Amino acid sequence: MTATLPAQSEHPSPSLQPQGWLRYFSFSVDHKVIGLQYLVCGFAFYLIGGALAGAIRTELVSPLSDFMPREVYNQVLTLHGTVMIFLWIVPVVNGAFGNYLIPFYVGARDMAFPRLNAVAFWLIPPAGLLLISSYFITGAAQSGWTAYPPLSITTPASGQIIWILSVLLLGGSSIFGGINFIATILKLRRPGLKMMQLPMYCWAMLGTSILVVLSTPVLAGTLILLSFDIVAHTGFFNPGLGGNVVVYQHLFWFYSHPAVYIMVLPAFGLVSEILPVHCRKPLFGYATMVVSIMAIVVLGLVVWAHHMFTSGTPPWMRLFFTIATAFIAVPTGIKFFNWLATLWGGRISLNSAVLFSCGFIINFVLGGITGVALAQVPFDVHVHDTYFVVAHFHYIVYGGSVFVIFASIYHWYPKVTGRLLNESIGRLHFLLTFVGFNLCFAPQHWLGLNGMPRRVAEYDPQFAFINQLSSVGALLMAISTLPFLWNVIMSAFNGEIAGDNPWRALTPEWLTSSPPPVENWKGEAPLVTEPYGYGVPAEQLDLQAASGRDLWSNGR
Amino acid sequence: MILVLGGLWIGQNVNLLPVDASANAPIYDELFRVLFSIGTILFLGIVGLVVFSLIRFRRRSGELSDGLAIEGNLPLEIFWTAVPAVVVLFIGLFSYDIYERMGGMAPLDHAAMDHAAMDHASSNQGSGSEQRVWGGIGTPLLTASEQGTPVSPLPVEVTAMQFAFLFRYPKGDFISGELHVPVGQPVSLSMEAKDVIHAFWVPEFRLKQDVIPGQPTVLNFTPTRAGRYPIVCAELCGPYHGGMRSTVVVEEQDAFDNWFAQNNKITATDT
Repeated sequence: MTATLPAQSEHPSPSLQPQGWLRYFSFSVDHKVIGLQYLVCGFAFYLIGGALAGAIRTELVSPLSDFMPREVYNQVLTLHGTVMIFLWIVPVVNGAFGNYLIPFYVGARDMAFPRLNAVAFWLIPPAGLLLISSYFITGAAQSGWTAYPPLSITTPASGQIIWILSVLLLGGSSIFGGINFIATILKLRRPGLKMMQLPMYCWAMLGTSILVVLSTPVLAGTLILLSFDIVAHTGFFNPGLGGNVVVYQHLFWFYSHPAVYIMVLPAFGLVSEILPVHCRKPLFGYATMVVSIMAIVVLGLVVWAHHMFTSGTPPWMRLFFTIATAFIAVPTGIKFFNWLATLWGGRISLNSAVLFSCGFIINFVLGGITGVALAQVPFDVHVHDTYFVVAHFHYIVYGGSVFVIFASIYHWYPKVTGRLLNESIGRLHFLLTFVGFNLCFAPQHWLGLNGMPRRVAEYDPQFAFINQLSSVGALLMAISTLPFLWNVIMSAFNGEIAGDNPWRALTPEWLTSSPPPVENWKGEAPLVTEPYGYGVPAEQLDLQAASGRDLWSNGR
Repeated sequence: MILVLGGLWIGQNVNLLPVDASANAPIYDELFRVLFSIGTILFLGIVGLVVFSLIRFRRRSGELSDGLAIEGNLPLEIFWTAVPAVVVLFIGLFSYDIYERMGGMAPLDHAAMDHAAMDHASSNQGSGSEQRVWGGIGTPLLTASEQGTPVSPLPVEVTAMQFAFLFRYPKGDFISGELHVPVGQPVSLSMEAKDVIHAFWVPEFRLKQDVIPGQPTVLNFTPTRAGRYPIVCAELCGPYHGGMRSTVVVEEQDAFDNWFAQNNKITATDT
């Protein structure tokens, strides 16, 4: 955890807060420390969730249920989903990068509520340990991360209750974080900094936090009702007692579809920060990017029932949710075309950060296309709850969010440590991840179309070969984390010294030392009104290009 | 242009689906081909643009200058807002049409429900007379109207439980572990679940319907191709979820009549 960060010795002032590496294990209120706590803690849970995924892919190498007992398989898939969503992607794209970057971007010295911020982080490790330990104590929940009743009411209660407690704690952490981000972005901006001058990640976090604050309480309420059904034998969702199970699905997806945008919108924001710097061009279409983020927030709240087309839903509802869902493709499409236009005509450094960002664009486009297809009721009725859906959402959350997390680590590592990551190991990491990911998940589209349902420990033997192919891809993905870990740990000690601003970036976090001092700037915070002011105007281009080529030929 | 033609060719000629064995499967495949063509064109186009940009606009060694300072282009933005909007609208209208042809828009109120299916559904419920019956996609009216003469559907009562499907034929008063249906005759399944949520899925029929406890559900379809197809439970229902499978046997009318006569309990007691 601390190995990645050289200790700062500039502030020996006496304080109750521990200094040096100990502060990463303390109740620190420094937003940079909290951001790194989120990141490293999230990555530890990513390794656990990845091991669980490895167990799933090992089980599916053969069509028989022969690697682990069936009950354990269901526990493993439940834990895998819950860990990856609530302990890895949501805390990292929101908590880690949000806490580290947002105060810089708005020109503040810390978040609006630093203590709440620390509380939000410190809810995560106990909740995560509680969740994982449930496997060893009583057996974990077996009803999937969706926990649909009546299955979640009839499977062993202790594991399910621990799961609910853990998700409630994580949801609370998420809400605290969301409130903090909204307050910071709206209220702590440096005097003179207008909303439309903020870096795009601020807008993404504002939109995400609105979704968090509006929808997470609904999940919390739903899970509390579910726990009453389990513990006190009430009948909210128990059909035997007159309850209605479809109501649970509506309430659950009212949170859990926006949760997809909670995982993906910050990733959109991070890519919008990374691409302009490395393409040496302004972000294309700033205003339309802002509008499309807000459009996604609004539409994202009214599409939840597309997860329920095969449940009992009346035709009008199917029609409405088809249209609403398909229309999310429009603002999302705008963002992708804007990134393509940002690439176009740039001077693109083909480093690991850019490669991961472009891998994200390619993966997410495929996930988006299958998403529009899945929004169509007749199409969805065939592939709902199959491996087609599994492939689709892994293209969104892994091919989308996780690729961006890696891109962001390569981009901001010099900011955090003052040293650069090794570029060749970084490219090897990208290659292994990209090939492994696509080999793992692309064939699963075919599996779903041809009749393999999700969440099964055993399957029709005709699918054996494709499943083995997919498992080989998963193995490659597992191997790909090794060069990454090596790179991150070794570069912290031996990496090339980066200097304060190795990417010649203009956003405010780079206009201070690397690593930054406590309270971010030695003096006044800089006023950055054009965070993407890269590029040369068209009339100067010929001259500049010519001199660039001259330099190049002279160098030879 | 090459991209569009190539995408169309791939969409029309690469078959990723299993055989079609019900009346709504060919309609489904029509939708799939359209979605697959559009998806291929978009995906190849965008991947092509990314790869081209990365190669064409990469930084050569020694180049230090910036790219062009283009911050936006309103006509271009309007263009790529309009194109996805039009594509999405087209897909939406097309899939609505497909949905209607599959019978998805048939209202679920009592008047429109098949009476035989209704009777069975409500008689099963017994006390719960106010219970609403939910319908899945797919309707026997489809083939009936094509042939001109309405064919009364074969009623079957499906019970889903951990971890099996049971099929009861009310006309013969017997229970079978496999679903036998004759080719070309509409079938009306009244489904109910005993314990947790299950889902009835026949990939070759392109049909899936959740079977939800406390919510009797009707699913109609017309098999068109003889054969044995898997029935798969598609909703996580417990440890043996992966093993909860059955078979639908679609056979010619004669074979079906033989099978039915062998199992029929009503005629057996009559004679």
